[in-house]
Amino acid sequence: MRELCLHILDIAANSVSAGADKISITIDENLKDDTLTIEIADNGKGMSPETVKQVMDPFTTSRTDREVGLGIPLLKFAAESSNGWLTMNSELGKGTKVSVQFQHSHIDRMPLGNITDTLLSLQLCSPDVNWIFSVRKNGKEFYFDDKEFKNELDGIPLTDPNVIRFIRNLFEEGVQEIQ
Amino acid sequence: MPTIKSLDDLKRIREEALRKQELKSTSGKTEIIVGMGTVGIAAGARETLKAILDYVDNYNLENIIIRQTGNIGVDSFEPVVQVILPGAEKVTYGRVSPEIVETIMHEHVVHGKVCEEYKLSM
Repeated sequence: MRELCLHILDIAANSVSAGADKISITIDENLKDDTLTIEIADNGKGMSPETVKQVMDPFTTSRTDREVGLGIPLLKFAAESSNGWLTMNSELGKGTKVSVQFQHSHIDRMPLGNITDTLLSLQLCSPDVNWIFSVRKNGKEFYFDDKEFKNELDGIPLTDPNVIRFIRNLFEEGVQEIQ
Repeated sequence: MPTIKSLDDLKRIREEALRKQELKSTSGKTEIIVGMGTVGIAAGARETLKAILDYVDNYNLENIIIRQTGNIGVDSFEPVVQVILPGAEKVTYGRVSPEIVETIMHEHVVHGKVCEEYKLSM
């Protein structure tokens, strides 16, 4: 994968398969500290410490008994290759939080990629999840909690063309404003 | 189309959508499913999905549900897209690039004709 945003899609898909109905994603670029931090937290079914250990290791996971594939080890490797780290905190019945940090200026750090498309994909494809997005850059923040606007839509599908346009504009402008 | 982003705009969108729904017969909805597992994403599923959304937007298609699914077990054919017309069997397409999306949306989703050349037999 060539973009960090694709990894975000991937990890968030794990959260959806873990039965989460509330997922928050934070993307924080801080040029002063030279860090890029991404956090994906869900209230899904969570994992035992043993399972967490397994999904972090690319060699011991097996198809039949896991929710997570190669995605986590790949992202961990990408982070560690650019002077960063990845942690995974999980509790059975409570949820999982994946945090990953990169040295922003590191030559091997993948580009962040298209944030708008990524958030839009998540929002539209898993409409039953309560999504909370926070995109930050040097202290400025674009924050979006889809609760209010879903209430307003009141059952109109998110994939109605006008609604797609609405969300896309909202995300594009929000992300643009903090640049 | 001017930019729309306030809650008032959203209310208008909602009312418009409701009106359209009332006008239509209850003909059911077409479901489009995009495989968004690790392999699918690496193979370009996000761009495929974006092409689908753009098509829906450009042609103002109504009554479409777009969903994602995890890995369905045909890794070498990712990105995979499945189309279910109301009352019809699920059709699975493989290696769906944004260019192929155009064809599938036009022929299958809009005109109901399965695109045999991209179809996977499952």
